[in-house]
Amino acid sequence: MSTEHALTPSSYITHHLTFNSQSIGHSSFWSLHMDTLIVSGLLGLLTFGMLWWVVRGATAGVPTKRQAVVELLVEFIDDQVKGIFHGDRSKFIAPLALTVFMWVLMMNAMDFLPIDVMAWVYEHVFGQEHWRAVPTSDINTTFALALSVWFLMIFFSIKVKGLGGWIHELFCAPFGSNPLIWPANFLFNLIEYVSKPLSHALRLFGNMYAGEIIFLLLGMWAATGLVGTIFGALLGAGWAVFHILIVVLQAFIFMMLTVVYLAMAHESH
Amino acid sequence: MDITFTLIAQALTFAILIWFTAKFIWPPLMTAIETRQKTIADGLAAGERGKHDLDLAAKRSAEMLREAKQKAADILAAGDKRASEIIEAAKVQAKVEGDRIIAGSKAELEQEVFRAREQLRSQVSAIALAGAGKILGREIDAKAHNDLLDKLVAEM
Repeated sequence: MSTEHALTPSSYITHHLTFNSQSIGHSSFWSLHMDTLIVSGLLGLLTFGMLWWVVRGATAGVPTKRQAVVELLVEFIDDQVKGIFHGDRSKFIAPLALTVFMWVLMMNAMDFLPIDVMAWVYEHVFGQEHWRAVPTSDINTTFALALSVWFLMIFFSIKVKGLGGWIHELFCAPFGSNPLIWPANFLFNLIEYVSKPLSHALRLFGNMYAGEIIFLLLGMWAATGLVGTIFGALLGAGWAVFHILIVVLQAFIFMMLTVVYLAMAHESH
Repeated sequence: MDITFTLIAQALTFAILIWFTAKFIWPPLMTAIETRQKTIADGLAAGERGKHDLDLAAKRSAEMLREAKQKAADILAAGDKRASEIIEAAKVQAKVEGDRIIAGSKAELEQEVFRAREQLRSQVSAIALAGAGKILGREIDAKAHNDLLDKLVAEM
């Protein structure tokens, strides 16, 4: 927590919502949120390193409990993908779904860390005044994921239908191939192509960001006096419990949307 | 809500993670799972086959047992039949033999009777001669009366 400034509600919130930003260029675009990058990178390393470690010792015989857990996870993902995507899923789509689910889940789960305790740790152990630990409450992360999926969507559309087929579909689906309704079709597809990454990215970002804000508001309430402390603590506990659901649910939804978008890209109209 | 170069960096991290998962995590684990599924399916099929074989074997052994029983019963019946045949044959043979023995002894008996009669006859003539001699008080010329006596004997 910042000690240089007077502690007001707005300074409290602003402090918690300020990224650890490193400038690498002249405009505001050319900067890196070190907190987002390092936390998500470490989580990726940890999560997929662990998975790799388990998979490397995997056996087709009687599995260890460790392997059984990972297999449960993988088969759960595989089942979900199988229900939506009809094709060779194990080459790319299913591993992608696993990557998205696990990574987003872990990044969301950083929201479980108590914000003010961790702020103290970041400041006094790591010497970082500003540090936001939840990468998915950074819009850059959610858009990075959503736009990657968006490009994959277009890539698979062209790969499956060919460039001509894709362009044909832009103008001739979903209403029909009459030249008079080409503009309507194109407009429709344009809106779809814009709204997909937007809703994909903003849904996850909105949920995680709102979760963080509510924790901050409850923390602020707790600072107002004894009654505020009691209610802040009670509601904070309640919100934390509810947040367990949100964290998993949003990771699951993000994965399902990813699979749905890519499955749609594989289907011809 | 500022979009920065962080987005590009995160997308890069994302791409690396996807590549890593698709190459090093998903395929080996799926191979292991599918191999195990195949092993289990094979085991179940083998068990099913074994059960079927057992049923077949039980059916066959019951069939064989039934056949053996039937054969034993047949053999017993044939033995009984043969035994009664032998007994019948023996009976017939015994009867024939008995008849033969009876006939033989009957013939012998008749012969004996005939002989006894002959002897008696000759003795009767001798007695008659002796009796007549006594009555007449003198020796009968046996030679003179022999023809007469022989004729008498023959008439007896």
